[in-house]
Amino acid sequence: MEANPIEVAKAVAAQWGYLAAGFGAAITVVGAGLGIGKLAAAAMEASGRQPEVAGQVRTSMLIAAALIEGVTFFALAICIILATK
Amino acid sequence: MASFFLFDTQPAIHAAADSAAVIVDTARVSAAHEESENLFTHLLKHVQDAHELETPFGRIELPHLHLFGVDMSITKHVVFLWLAAVLLVIILALVARKNKKHAVPTGFGNLIEIFVVFVRDEIAIPNMGPGGLKYLPYLLTTFFFILLMNLLGLVPYGASATGNVSVTAGLAVIAYIMIQASAIRTQGIVHYFAHFTGGVHWILWPIMIPIEILGTFTKAFALCVRLFANMTAGHIVIVSLLGLIFVFGKLSPALGYTVSLPSVLFTLGIDLLELFVAFLQAYIFTMLTSLFMGLGMQEESHNAHEEHAH
Repeated sequence: MEANPIEVAKAVAAQWGYLAAGFGAAITVVGAGLGIGKLAAAAMEASGRQPEVAGQVRTSMLIAAALIEGVTFFALAICIILATK
Repeated sequence: MASFFLFDTQPAIHAAADSAAVIVDTARVSAAHEESENLFTHLLKHVQDAHELETPFGRIELPHLHLFGVDMSITKHVVFLWLAAVLLVIILALVARKNKKHAVPTGFGNLIEIFVVFVRDEIAIPNMGPGGLKYLPYLLTTFFFILLMNLLGLVPYGASATGNVSVTAGLAVIAYIMIQASAIRTQGIVHYFAHFTGGVHWILWPIMIPIEILGTFTKAFALCVRLFANMTAGHIVIVSLLGLIFVFGKLSPALGYTVSLPSVLFTLGIDLLELFVAFLQAYIFTMLTSLFMGLGMQEESHNAHEEHAH
């Protein structure tokens, strides 16, 4: 039998790694989308209630969105490592 | 060994070994397939660092250098890093010299003045107070350098040096040094180290101090990964959308031509988004650096009046 256990384990782990990367990326995007969506909704509402501060609200919204995206990209980098190893 | 088990496991073991052999064969075939011609890895080559530079006139092979056992070859990202630095120095020095005499700059200096005033009035002073003006040159350098590196990746045959984690790690290391240096310069070195204890009972200091020291690294690490991942992900999306043309083209040339127009339109949209992201990431890096510096600088005044309550 040419299949020694280490080779088998590596092969199986590689297949599961691709699946894990796919699931990880999907869940990451869901989290980021929900977070930034809530953020944008709050910003829209604040701009609608008080149009004078719309500029400041937009600046704060962009900053918070960039921070949330930063966390997303951490997870994305891990998924890419999983998929290419 | 088989006699240990209550039931006969020999057929099960044989079946498992057979399926294991199938799995290994599949993995071997797919791995070989992967190595040779996976479209994704081929596309990734356009985004990653490379030892050759592509110009409209052909391919230039770049020198490999090994210094002290470390691979210091001149790669594509290194070339663009130096190009951004040289361009920055030349352009900004020319603009500064031309506009030294007038209070109101003209021409290209007008555009640069918008950014300089923006960094001074929206980033440096709100975060660091009036004492932040002495760190303004560093913040301006960070902002323009990152912006130029990001923008160079959007022109044809260009590459973003910030798409290399070593470049962003270098920027983050300098940001870390500046954050700690500004804190030490404002608070004094005794206060700075005293802040690591966090105002807890002295028994907890051996636990508290390493955690606080590690906590100073996370901010710089986040800066590094945020910039790197944003730039690289954007380029991967652009390259993947253009790669769709070749994926469909492999099925049939007519399909490839049909897909090319929508694909290029999508890529145009994503390119505009990448332009926005280039500016945004330069702004975010600079703003977060100045925010952390400001946090370190203001500890001194609140230390004098109140007790530390963390």
